[in-house]
Amino acid sequence: MTPPQRQRRDPTPESPPPQEGEGKVRNPERMYVVAGPDGERAELDLVTLIVARAEDPPPSASPEQAALLRLCAAPLSVAELSAYLHLPFSAMGVLLTELLTAELVQARAPIVRQSRTDRSLLEAVMNGLQRL
Amino acid sequence: MDFKGSDTIPGPRAEDQLPHTAQSAAKIVIVGGFGVGKTTMVGSVSEITPLTTEETMTQAGIGVDDNFGSASKTATTVAMDFGRISITDQLVLYLFGTPGQQRFWFLWNGLFEGALGAVVLVDTRRLEVSFDVMGRLEERGVPFVVAVNSFPDAPRYDLEELRTALDLTPDIPIMECDVRRRASSRDVLMTLMRFLHSLAMTGSLT
Repeated sequence: MTPPQRQRRDPTPESPPPQEGEGKVRNPERMYVVAGPDGERAELDLVTLIVARAEDPPPSASPEQAALLRLCAAPLSVAELSAYLHLPFSAMGVLLTELLTAELVQARAPIVRQSRTDRSLLEAVMNGLQRL
Repeated sequence: MDFKGSDTIPGPRAEDQLPHTAQSAAKIVIVGGFGVGKTTMVGSVSEITPLTTEETMTQAGIGVDDNFGSASKTATTVAMDFGRISITDQLVLYLFGTPGQQRFWFLWNGLFEGALGAVVLVDTRRLEVSFDVMGRLEERGVPFVVAVNSFPDAPRYDLEELRTALDLTPDIPIMECDVRRRASSRDVLMTLMRFLHSLAMTGSLT
């Protein structure tokens, strides 16, 4: 028995031309931009780590904000916050942008794939996986 | 640490909290057809019980036919299960499994763009459901490895035969696995990391 054969969509996958229909589907949601730890602007990612700056939420915090601040007393990813708060990822952007602006939380930027991913990072991950 | 009000919003258990030294996180995406074992794989290696995060998207522009001629946009919720592995005190790895309709995965901002790499999980009973996602990963330059989840009643093919069928270049790793087993799932992730490492060495990562 022979398995079904895949047909490649594009002979030059590295830089595809935007396709009609397909091209339009990208980026329907607004990208939230937050200040990174060095004052750099960074996008809020699913794995941006969020940490509350103070132990207790200020009295002025909304119930939603207070709940989030309590959750991230220790670092927690945006994905985890979204899961615990039962809020979609895009709603997290709104909530976190307010808290970042008010300097009630700190965002720790994620490691993203780059043209040349840091080999020492990959080695650290391999070492970590080996201990599983 | 004690959470005030944690009775209303359940947060992570004390043992599931990351240390304050956690500085940054990276992510890996596990993709494949419905029921291929993505969530099982996440669960078998995750240090936390897998969680679910959601995103709401509209159908506009997705190419979904509207049989009823309604002009209104319909919101679609896409959910992803994910897990976590603490690599060091500073570094955390997240694994995202992407169930549901494949075309929605790529609407999720930054899910694939920032990922270190992807695991394409395939089921030899329905090999063709992985074709589309592989093409999309290639288009976006997301490096991936292919893991064949071995189901007992699935047809067995030689891996080289599958490589040909999937039109994988010789450098892309393909392996068999049993995602229910932690060691097997870990081996898949290790293979992805070694592959990424080899790409970093040769500088061919785009």
